[in-house]
Amino acid sequence: MSFWSNPILVANEWLTGLLADLLPEAWATLISTIIGVVVVSSFGLILVIFLIWLERKVAARFQDRIGPNRAGPYGLLQTIADIVKLLTKEDSIPEKADKLTFNLAPIVSMIAVLLIWAVIPFAPGWIGTDLNVGVLYIAAVGSFGILSILMAGWASNNKYALLGAFRAVAQLISYEVPMLLTLLVPVLLARSMGMMTVVETQSTWFIALAPVAGIIFLVSSIAEVGRTPFDLIEAESEIVAGYHTEYTGMKFGLFFAAEFLHAFTVGVLFAILYLGGWRGPGAEQYPILGVVYLMAKSSIGYFIVMWVRSTLPRIRIDHMLDLNWKVLTPVSLALLITTAVLDKLFAETALRVPALLAGNLVVLVLSWALLRMMSRKARRERQVFKKRPEARAVQP
Amino acid sequence: MTAMQGVFLFTAGLILWAAFMMVTRQNLVHAAFYLILALFGVSIIFVLLDAGFLAVVQVLVYIGAISIIMIFAVMLTRGDVIEEAPVNKNYGWALVLAALFAFGLIILIGQWPAVASLAGEIDTSRDLAAELGVALVSPEGFVIPFEVASVLLLAALVGALMVARPQKKGK
Repeated sequence: MSFWSNPILVANEWLTGLLADLLPEAWATLISTIIGVVVVSSFGLILVIFLIWLERKVAARFQDRIGPNRAGPYGLLQTIADIVKLLTKEDSIPEKADKLTFNLAPIVSMIAVLLIWAVIPFAPGWIGTDLNVGVLYIAAVGSFGILSILMAGWASNNKYALLGAFRAVAQLISYEVPMLLTLLVPVLLARSMGMMTVVETQSTWFIALAPVAGIIFLVSSIAEVGRTPFDLIEAESEIVAGYHTEYTGMKFGLFFAAEFLHAFTVGVLFAILYLGGWRGPGAEQYPILGVVYLMAKSSIGYFIVMWVRSTLPRIRIDHMLDLNWKVLTPVSLALLITTAVLDKLFAETALRVPALLAGNLVVLVLSWALLRMMSRKARRERQVFKKRPEARAVQP
Repeated sequence: MTAMQGVFLFTAGLILWAAFMMVTRQNLVHAAFYLILALFGVSIIFVLLDAGFLAVVQVLVYIGAISIIMIFAVMLTRGDVIEEAPVNKNYGWALVLAALFAFGLIILIGQWPAVASLAGEIDTSRDLAAELGVALVSPEGFVIPFEVASVLLLAALVGALMVARPQKKGK
């Protein structure tokens, strides 16, 4: 195995060999684990610098602008300049704020996103830890994100920040339901909750077996990140900036970076669960290719997230909750049941893919028809003719 | 002392400290944060016991749900509660009862023979999460308690819906 086909494995073997000569085995394992953690989280943190530039460039194109183009070639150094600006800003803490919680919140928000990367399978054999409950783990660490927003909103001692935090909890906990249900669909199809197994069993990408579930997963994940059109938690026309109203400088920067990294992580998860992860020609022999495939597939999901962000306006809070509880949750429940039944009936047969695809389409058409019927009924109820009060001249 | 024992002692200390801080805080939101820390410590203990599934469920259920409880804590209490929080005057009795209960439990558990013996090694090659799943739905396993629990939850869900349902006009 040469270095260029599997650099992580080679580097790991070299490092373990080096440490084994110097230290007892338990310490060598500990140190190489810590180095692994640092490498994976640094990858995420450095990725953010590039992502912010990418997002600004793409959003600019959608709005018929050029975007950052002054600092460095194609404006690539713009984010570095922004970071320097954020670092030199005054770090202000409100006088009546809860200092410890206030300072802890941005850190927790970043940790919550980085924790997801621990179970991301980059390539065959490249995974932080192959938990046998990896998919459930992703849902579990998501609750740290909610917690960080609540910490920030409450500790700021600011009405708008607290309102933003309340909205965030309502939205994030609601959208966790369809997200979890659509996370279960790949689990059902792969017969395992381990992320590596989910990728390995995708000889047919799961987007072909469960397209509707994939789309619902992407939509509810966008809501989970709190991006436009679901950015009611930081709606500037109503509640200033939501939970991070009181944050300045790099503390705000951490929230910002966590949001960008989370948005890309959504793309990564979509690629792993529905687009076959690192699978592609030659990925088994040359794991480095698997990373390239995974990043390319993740960019598809991330591009959709950016596309939606620059196209749609913010939705109203009752529409946001209606969409979740009246559309996404019932449809994903129906999909889960359909997938479970069809996958059991047609397991190991050639009909598996067409049957599951047809089941998805039937659920889609039925829910569409039901929605149209209900919307027509609601419109009829609204149109009941009522005599309007007329203006009349008052007789003296 | 092995590394595992060190981690265990540190975590156990953290849990006890967080639990103590939780019950002594006058600020409800601070108490909730310490509760989260204590519950997170419990999930670390689960990880040390090779019970990954339970550890993840611990984080998912408790830390996820506590955010909602904290919202209630914020909404249902006065903002200026920090300085002079109301103190329940019966705390002496509660202390006596809790101490009695704790000692009773310690004595009872001390008499249990399994405490003194070491647990056997867990076979980590088996997929324990999958076996748990099968046990929950197999007739030889726990299918009846499992189904009863889901009916209970369904009843709670329907009940909550009925309570929250807006009354129709004219009734």
